[in-house]
Amino acid sequence: MEDVSLALPGLEARGDRSRRARELVARALPAAASTARRAGWSLGSVAIVLAVWQLVCLTISRDFPTPLASFRVTLELWRNAFTKVDGVPGIGFQVLASMRRIAIGFSLSAAFAIPAGLLIGVSPTIRKLFDPIVQVLRPVSPLVWFPLALVAFKNMGGVSSSTLFTIFVTSLWPTLINTAVGVSSLPPDYRIVAKVFRFSRWRYLRMILLPHALPYVLTGLRLSMGTAWLVIVAAEMLSGDMGIGFFAWDAYNAGSYEKMIAAVGAIGGVGLALDRGFTALHRRFSYEEASR
Amino acid sequence: MTAPTTSMAVATEADTGWTEPYLHIDRVGKAFRFGRETVSAVRDVTLEVRHGEFVAFIGHSGCGKSTVLNMVAGIYPPSTGSIHLGGRAVAGPGPDRAMVFQSYSLLPWLTVEDNVFQAVESVFQDRMLAKDKRMRTERFLRMVNLWEHRTKRPAEISGGMRQRTAIARAFAVKPDVLLLDEPFGALDALTKGSLHDELLALWRGDGRRQTILMVTHDIDEAIYLADRVMVMTDGPAATIREVIPIPLARPREKRSVMHDPRYLEIKEHLLSLLQKMPTTASN
Repeated sequence: MEDVSLALPGLEARGDRSRRARELVARALPAAASTARRAGWSLGSVAIVLAVWQLVCLTISRDFPTPLASFRVTLELWRNAFTKVDGVPGIGFQVLASMRRIAIGFSLSAAFAIPAGLLIGVSPTIRKLFDPIVQVLRPVSPLVWFPLALVAFKNMGGVSSSTLFTIFVTSLWPTLINTAVGVSSLPPDYRIVAKVFRFSRWRYLRMILLPHALPYVLTGLRLSMGTAWLVIVAAEMLSGDMGIGFFAWDAYNAGSYEKMIAAVGAIGGVGLALDRGFTALHRRFSYEEASR
Repeated sequence: MTAPTTSMAVATEADTGWTEPYLHIDRVGKAFRFGRETVSAVRDVTLEVRHGEFVAFIGHSGCGKSTVLNMVAGIYPPSTGSIHLGGRAVAGPGPDRAMVFQSYSLLPWLTVEDNVFQAVESVFQDRMLAKDKRMRTERFLRMVNLWEHRTKRPAEISGGMRQRTAIARAFAVKPDVLLLDEPFGALDALTKGSLHDELLALWRGDGRRQTILMVTHDIDEAIYLADRVMVMTDGPAATIREVIPIPLARPREKRSVMHDPRYLEIKEHLLSLLQKMPTTASN
């Protein structure tokens, strides 16, 4: 009898282990399959791009750099990304210079747009007052802001201030508008909760209004970041001292078109990474409405 | 807010010999404006409620039951008439009245515990030690069997659990009046049944010190829970059609209540009242 009772746990443990292994496989397999499927789709997209690109090189323009040549130059550029080649800083430095500008311009813009959006969202009076201003200024192109800024900041840092200002002003709007929408879309239920349980203004702001608005703010910031990245390239083409936009323009002037493609790749890659970062943040701070 | 709360507490203690109605709703009416049109939701509602009494409002959808409740809560003022609570006119929401909504109205970004704690913290502020506020939160969450789920967010728990969180939140702020706006309307019959008993247990556990007003369109629920049932006429311009006392002794037990001849008689009467109502009966 004793033997049996002793053997039983051992048997069970063995059964357990094999079951656990099976479960592990059962869970890992679909995960691996879905990763493979996703990789497959990505590969498909890349294949389409390469095919069209190659077609362009073969038909429309013989001067256009081919995918293969561009790939070689890109590799070469990134191998020396953080060294000076012929006195010119490598592509890594150029990207960093652009990102530094973005960091400054975008932070200033967010620091202004979030509070402004909150005010506009909370107060109908402020909204009525500022809505026309926002609507008029929002569609103004960075290509206009830049020369205007050049004039305005002539004695205040000139070109570099103007680049920052252009980024600042063009990346204001998505954050400002989304923040305002986030605040004004607060479900009335939550306002009643605050009333019934006598939330102070501060508690209402911290526990209700801001958590509700946060996902909207983050969406705004993500869109603003996209705009900023779009604009910096244009601004650097105009200002021409350093940065990935300047790098692309310089490559064009030098006739090294493969380098331009490398710049496009860098711009796209950084843009994608920033976007993913904000999307992850957004997911972290979004809450399913559980009121029903 | 300290002053009225203390005076209210005094009134509560003296309550045994108190014959005055605790809550006095006097010829109250409410009209809402939609653009240029004015629609009367309720009219001429008069009601006196004793301290510690449980009153249910029953009627078809859109009959203005919730409107009466919201006015007692102080969410909006009556257009005509007045509401007095413990001898004082109601002018806005107060910590003496807590509410449970059909839509739960939990904050989705807060955990179960924080949903209760934030309300406790907001209502008691520095009149209670931080430690006691935590303990109070725990006590009420334990009472509704949610302490094990305290770190979950509303989206992660079932509808019944959400409503229990909301009920714990309402009781935890130590209200004198509890306003329940179709609190079990969105729940399945089984969950509903157990929540009825949890509500009564909480109430009894607290010495039945809360005066409770509940809006419902469930006849069984109204009879089982309430001391009196107010049957509303259909809206617009709804009012109290009939007041039906429920003479069933407490504590009540669902199965024995169900077979009580008085229960059946009241239910029959309520059914006939609600079915006889003109229009929108299909609602």
